[in-house]
Amino acid sequence: MSGGVDSAVAAARAAEAGHDVTGIHLALSRNPASYRSGARGCCTIEDSNDARRAADVIGIPFYVWDLSERFHEDVVEDFMDEYAAGRTPNPCLRCNEKIKFAAVLDRALALGFDAVATGHYAQLRPGADGLIEMHRAVDHGKDQSYVLGVLDQHQLAHSLFPLGDTTKDVVRQEAAARGLLVADKPDSHDICFVADGDNAGWLREKLGDRAPNHGGAIVDDATGEELGRHTGTYGFTIGQRKGLRIGTPAADGKPRFVLDIEPVTGTVTVGPHERLAVSRLSAIKPRWCGTVPRRLEGTVQLRAHGGEHRAVVATGDGAVEIELLDPAYGIAPGQAAVIYDGSRVVGSATIASTSTGTS
Amino acid sequence: MSHSAHESVVYLDHAATTPMVPAAVEALTAHLLDVGNPSSLHASGRRARRVVEESRETIAQALNCRPGEVVFTAGGTEADNLALKGIYWARQAADPRRTRILVTAIEHHAVLDPVFWLGEDEGAHVDLVPVDRDGRVDVDALRALIEQDPDTVALLSVMWANNEVGTVQPIDEVVALASSHGIPVHTDAVQAVGTVPIDFAASGVDALTLTGHKLGGPYGVGALVVRRELEVTALVHGGGQERDIRSGTIDTPAIAGFAAAVELAVKHQAEHATRVSALRDRLVAGVLAAVPDAVVNGDLTHRLPGNAHLSFPGCEGDSLLMLLDARGIECSTGSACSAGVPQPSHVLLAMGRADDEARSSLRFSLGHTSTEADVQALVEAIGPCVERARAASR
Repeated sequence: MSGGVDSAVAAARAAEAGHDVTGIHLALSRNPASYRSGARGCCTIEDSNDARRAADVIGIPFYVWDLSERFHEDVVEDFMDEYAAGRTPNPCLRCNEKIKFAAVLDRALALGFDAVATGHYAQLRPGADGLIEMHRAVDHGKDQSYVLGVLDQHQLAHSLFPLGDTTKDVVRQEAAARGLLVADKPDSHDICFVADGDNAGWLREKLGDRAPNHGGAIVDDATGEELGRHTGTYGFTIGQRKGLRIGTPAADGKPRFVLDIEPVTGTVTVGPHERLAVSRLSAIKPRWCGTVPRRLEGTVQLRAHGGEHRAVVATGDGAVEIELLDPAYGIAPGQAAVIYDGSRVVGSATIASTSTGTS
Repeated sequence: MSHSAHESVVYLDHAATTPMVPAAVEALTAHLLDVGNPSSLHASGRRARRVVEESRETIAQALNCRPGEVVFTAGGTEADNLALKGIYWARQAADPRRTRILVTAIEHHAVLDPVFWLGEDEGAHVDLVPVDRDGRVDVDALRALIEQDPDTVALLSVMWANNEVGTVQPIDEVVALASSHGIPVHTDAVQAVGTVPIDFAASGVDALTLTGHKLGGPYGVGALVVRRELEVTALVHGGGQERDIRSGTIDTPAIAGFAAAVELAVKHQAEHATRVSALRDRLVAGVLAAVPDAVVNGDLTHRLPGNAHLSFPGCEGDSLLMLLDARGIECSTGSACSAGVPQPSHVLLAMGRADDEARSSLRFSLGHTSTEADVQALVEAIGPCVERARAASR
């Protein structure tokens, strides 16, 4: 229970369905103020109090579990390493894979619980093969199956997503009707441990000597000309347009985007939007929700709030090759490609490289 | 897990707070509808004042101090703050060389935090006095610390008995040492009043903290007993109601309830200690029989009668607490929380325990409503709970 409206209603629904529910708030920082301050995210003292009050109202026991060390090792360190290497990670997937549906689930199972229920918007249902399938939420605008695409069959079999069949509006109304004071609490955004949403500033401070560079050239992709300087490649992500601070406009007057990040030399390459087009993805570290597909014509989603791209997916040797039938723009290594068959999540993999060529 | 409503809760957390005794409820409620500010000059004010002063005399008699030495506060934390900051500032004002504060490493946060604040914000030098493996203050180390430069010591604070592991401190030796150098001694006795014999005048301490809700009285009321001759600078300024040391309208009903509880607790201290320590001994024996590798922490002889503090190797105290709670058995990890994030107990760390040993501990504390059935319930539950908690930390 993060202290937000979704997990509060999920807990209330699980309890009402007759489950023996215990509320758990995850303390993800030893020193809460050091991660988030203000009312924007998870893991403030205020959030833990909100979660506790929601549990009181629902009438379930409530505890705070200290997962701060595991969170730091598995999520925060990984986030820093990935940015330092010039990639763009999604820490929410990582947290679901390693913390919420691993460290928390394992401890819960050992303590005698059967499942972890969360306020994620996704649907679980039994499939024809007897396995548990995960599908997109009814509310496509809130669907969070993307960040759950890392869950395997064991994890899914011990998960409950009581909100998957409901729209966010209805969840808020239900929270109000249930007397939960978090009913109109704003949604959390961004990354919970980056207090002000300033990734680059946070990384600059935390990476310190681990940063691969503290500056370098911003280079034009077509001419090789140096257009400006920057203060660290970790401040950039592929497809980024804002914050490049290039003095001279492009010859054609069109905006320029980050095309490539080279952490060793510290070079950030920029160019026009069409150069961001990607039609092939190579991805590694696949995680499958159920049976591993050999070849699949389905769709992929490449970022948390991104659209679907029709794709042909081929697997083998721990790698996944994805041919996009609808081109995608600004895809960065490190992002997760989540693979769908209709509304069903098949699995996910971490993008290692992208190209524009066809096979 | 089963969280069905338990008809009878097994309450083993009396050191956190203990139920009010009927005499205190009666004394408190008797005055709830009375009008009259004890500081008012009219008849209603005088009637309220009389209740307060009689309560003060009752407490003075129970603790063997003079009534004028009882300064009512809004509880133990305020009394500790008043003692530490008030005495430090007064001693500083009298002689600016007095910059050192000596406190044991196992004090409650109500003592440690004001002292650390004085260190960080007021230029005090804080010396933490070490304890032995049983949590008894190391008197030789204390002597050495004082004798480094006795004239620079502003005050010394040693709790009468530790709230987590229950170890009773050698207050006599501490006072003998401090008084030979003219250093005032404060003691936090919130766990000790009513559970061990306390005689303020005979003890020689200069200031003593007690609080209502730990001895069968109401929450939100306590006192600092402070020797008449000792200068204390005020923290809360206003009407100067309490000896000009503490301001704020006096809470007549709460003070009446508090005094009734103190009187009763002190009167029945010996029989309470005998009954409760026998229960405690059976609790410890039963737990050790169920979990042979559990370890009892704290001093076995110099110990609060109701305290049982044990480490369960391979368990996280938090898991164990939750599993017991689900069975209606309530205890404490004894550790301080910030935002509910459990930190390893500073008391156990000061006693030389490792981080994971400290995290594997639980405190069971018995009190005036504890029964044999409570002990039996814990003894029956602890084995399976420990087994499960161990599985969860693998």
